[in-house]
Amino acid sequence: MEATPAIAIALVVLLPFVAAALAPLVHRLVGDLAGWVVALVPVAGFIALWGLLGRVSDGEIITIAWPWAPSWGLELSFLVDGLSLTFALTIAGIGAFILLYSGAYLKGHKQGRFLGFLLAFMGAMQGLVLADNLVALYLFWELTSVASFLLIGFDHTRQAARRAAIQALLVTGFGGLALLAAGVTIYTISGGWDLSAAGDLKGHLAYPLLVGLVLLAAFTKSAQLPFHFWLPNAMEAPTPVSAYLHSATMVQGGVYLVARMTPHLGGEAIWNLTLMAFGGATLLWGAIAALRQTDLKQLLAQTTLASLGLLMLLLGAGTELAVTAAVLYFIAHALYKAGLFLVAGAIDHGTGTRDITMLGGLRDPMTLSFIGTIMASAAMFGLPPLIGFFAKEEMYAALAIGQFESLLALAALVLGNALLGAIGLALLIKPFMGQLLPTPIEPHEAPVAMLAGPLVMGVLGIFLGFVPTLAGQLAVAPATSAILGVPVETHLKFGVDLLGPAFWLSVATWVLAIGLFLRLDLARSLLRRTATAIGWSFDIGFDWVYFGIVRVAGAVTRLLHHGRLELYLFLVFVLLVVAAIGPLWLLDGLPRGPQTLDLRFYEWGLVGLAVLGVVTVVYARSRLFAILALGVQGLAVALLYLVFGAPDLSFTQFMVEILSVVILALVMIRLDLDTADRRPLEDWARDGGVALLGGVAVTMLLWAVIEGPFDLRLSTFFNAHSVPIAHGHNVVNVILVDFRGLDTLGEISVVMTAGIAILALIRGARRQKPVEVAPVEPGPQPKRRAARKAVA
Amino acid sequence: MNSLIFRTIAPLLVAVMLVFSVFVLLRGHNEPGGGFIGGLIAASALTIYGMAMGAGAARTALQLHPLAYAGFGVALAALAGALSIVFDVPFLTGLWTIFEFDEVEVAISTPMVFDIGVYFVVFGTIAAVALALEDEEGGA
Repeated sequence: MEATPAIAIALVVLLPFVAAALAPLVHRLVGDLAGWVVALVPVAGFIALWGLLGRVSDGEIITIAWPWAPSWGLELSFLVDGLSLTFALTIAGIGAFILLYSGAYLKGHKQGRFLGFLLAFMGAMQGLVLADNLVALYLFWELTSVASFLLIGFDHTRQAARRAAIQALLVTGFGGLALLAAGVTIYTISGGWDLSAAGDLKGHLAYPLLVGLVLLAAFTKSAQLPFHFWLPNAMEAPTPVSAYLHSATMVQGGVYLVARMTPHLGGEAIWNLTLMAFGGATLLWGAIAALRQTDLKQLLAQTTLASLGLLMLLLGAGTELAVTAAVLYFIAHALYKAGLFLVAGAIDHGTGTRDITMLGGLRDPMTLSFIGTIMASAAMFGLPPLIGFFAKEEMYAALAIGQFESLLALAALVLGNALLGAIGLALLIKPFMGQLLPTPIEPHEAPVAMLAGPLVMGVLGIFLGFVPTLAGQLAVAPATSAILGVPVETHLKFGVDLLGPAFWLSVATWVLAIGLFLRLDLARSLLRRTATAIGWSFDIGFDWVYFGIVRVAGAVTRLLHHGRLELYLFLVFVLLVVAAIGPLWLLDGLPRGPQTLDLRFYEWGLVGLAVLGVVTVVYARSRLFAILALGVQGLAVALLYLVFGAPDLSFTQFMVEILSVVILALVMIRLDLDTADRRPLEDWARDGGVALLGGVAVTMLLWAVIEGPFDLRLSTFFNAHSVPIAHGHNVVNVILVDFRGLDTLGEISVVMTAGIAILALIRGARRQKPVEVAPVEPGPQPKRRAARKAVA
Repeated sequence: MNSLIFRTIAPLLVAVMLVFSVFVLLRGHNEPGGGFIGGLIAASALTIYGMAMGAGAARTALQLHPLAYAGFGVALAALAGALSIVFDVPFLTGLWTIFEFDEVEVAISTPMVFDIGVYFVVFGTIAAVALALEDEEGGA
């Protein structure tokens, strides 16, 4: 059955999110069978994608777009070509087995939530590989990081799990920001958010910047040197997560991004050589670090690093053969590495340990796991006729072309593959062959739900090896075409070229691998001693940076937020003076001052009252008297407003003054201070000076305002329209509740928030000594309104 | 504040002030007044009540925490603005209905509801602060 692309995309990307929300409910309804039920979601997605395979392998590129934010020109657009389909099929196919496995692996452990996280991740990952819109790509990219955070930290009672989760989130999230910047840059250059329409970006001035941003995103996601340290730590996650996110899919997101960007950015030396250098370094680093490990999952994590580096290297080489090899290797690796992780989980589950030195002879009690491991290890070792063999042949053929950097890369590949082959042998022989060793639990086979994945994936790896031509036509060639941007015909065929250099390089790899395997214990102790001697790791480096940032932030906070109220106030008023008078002074706008004073006798009286109030505040012996005097000054100002025809403002000012006096008096009572305010002369001089300066500054500002021409446009508008369109005669009120209602809405929210903050301060002070409370003054908000009313 | 005269007069004064605050609130659209001033008057009334009878008595009279009134006010103002969504006009567009009772026109409008929201916010916030400070008065 062929589903229409739109339905297929909805099934693949959206259904997992819906299922994620329902997973806890499913678990409650069907209990431990939940894994079997939710596995139907990726199965449905897989079938839907399979329906598109025919059209895509014929070279068609399917695009679908839904309106998203039309006013910003954003469409939720998806693109299905060989590359995205290969990734999507892998994600759906392996995902089904992972969900099945998780149901059994986490029997009785908050399974509903776990399955929900996994499903959400699946939807995000599918979105990542199918999205064409750059914003959607970024969104899904970050969602996979968030899902990874939740899954690594799933066992959040353990400190190590929490640390690993935060570390992974910070590193991959940091890369995500680079991706966002890259997306915006591409949008700026091409004028559209769809990546497929971006065209060739190589000639642009911003090309080096784009390469840097894209590779930063890819390298953090795919754990390339020097960002590799988060991936081994992510092994704190439950095993199905390690198998799915941290080997087969999420960490391949960076590889996918590089592949997706290759038509737009690839081909220049800066792109190719950077990829080859970092990929090659990561390949060798991971492969050598793997030798050091004895924990099965750590072993596999380090080899995953190596494989990711290998893929980056191949994409960096960028030739048709190299890219074909990369696609083949991606498929082969996803199948065997996920299988090995799942078996590692089964061994842990069946014996109670994952330490390779404590395991042995498991072939009898765990026969099915043994068979699964044989198939996966053979693929890792690269034996014919498995798909892993063809991937290796292809990559050797791609690089054996005689250029210096190719030969260097070839050497790295042979050495890396040999190391990986040795680990593959170790994974098979150490736990399963030899004497049966005593383990914490009596060894027993895992349930069928946990074995289905390794067995089916192993068989698939062998099957694909027998039909390389079919695999080439259906997936590898279309994906290669998509990466290179030109149509490619498959050249894969079943058979071995015994005379070609590739085969002899394979033979060399095997010999080297067996040799390394035989010396594994020696290599391990050597490497461990070296690591101890160095005493530093990138993981420690991460802590330096992490805690360094925390320390700097703490220092800045302590500097700015010292907790001394008088200094805060001092600073606020000094800045007020600077803000009021600075621009006037710099722009030569200092006022000339009034030339004549033409006031009526009662106006003189009110001014005199205000001055009397202020002078009394300064000379008052007792604090209470000073507060009352301040109120007198305020009331005099309110009367002035009234005299000059601003009844609303005057009314408000009256109320505010009265409440200020009451509240200040209450604060004074609570603070339990001396009745008089005695302090050292330097304090007195400092505060008095700032007060005088503040008064002068505000006066200057107001004079300057008055001296300018009075702009009547707003007043005219409001007076003309207040009654006709807002049905109100009080212009001030109409402005507040209608014309500028949004401002008022914001202000009342601020008023309420300030109220909450004041209550918190009062309560906080009540718990400590009741001395450090801030003087509560409801003044600022009313004053701000008063200022705005003056406009009318 | 332990004064018999004050305690006797306070409830009367408070009642008058509260009625006056509502009067100021409602006339605000055409005459000096409005939600802000009305809220300040109501808050003063409550502060006086707290001084005379104690903060506890004032809280009892309020039934709810004063900040709940403030929160209600913000919600009311926002809802008054959001009503415009039903009529497919921009947020906070003023909507008016005019009822006639025996030739007396009574205008009901979203700006009025909005102003009532302002009233509650100002009243609730200032009352909350004043009452919290009055709580401490007796050294509680």
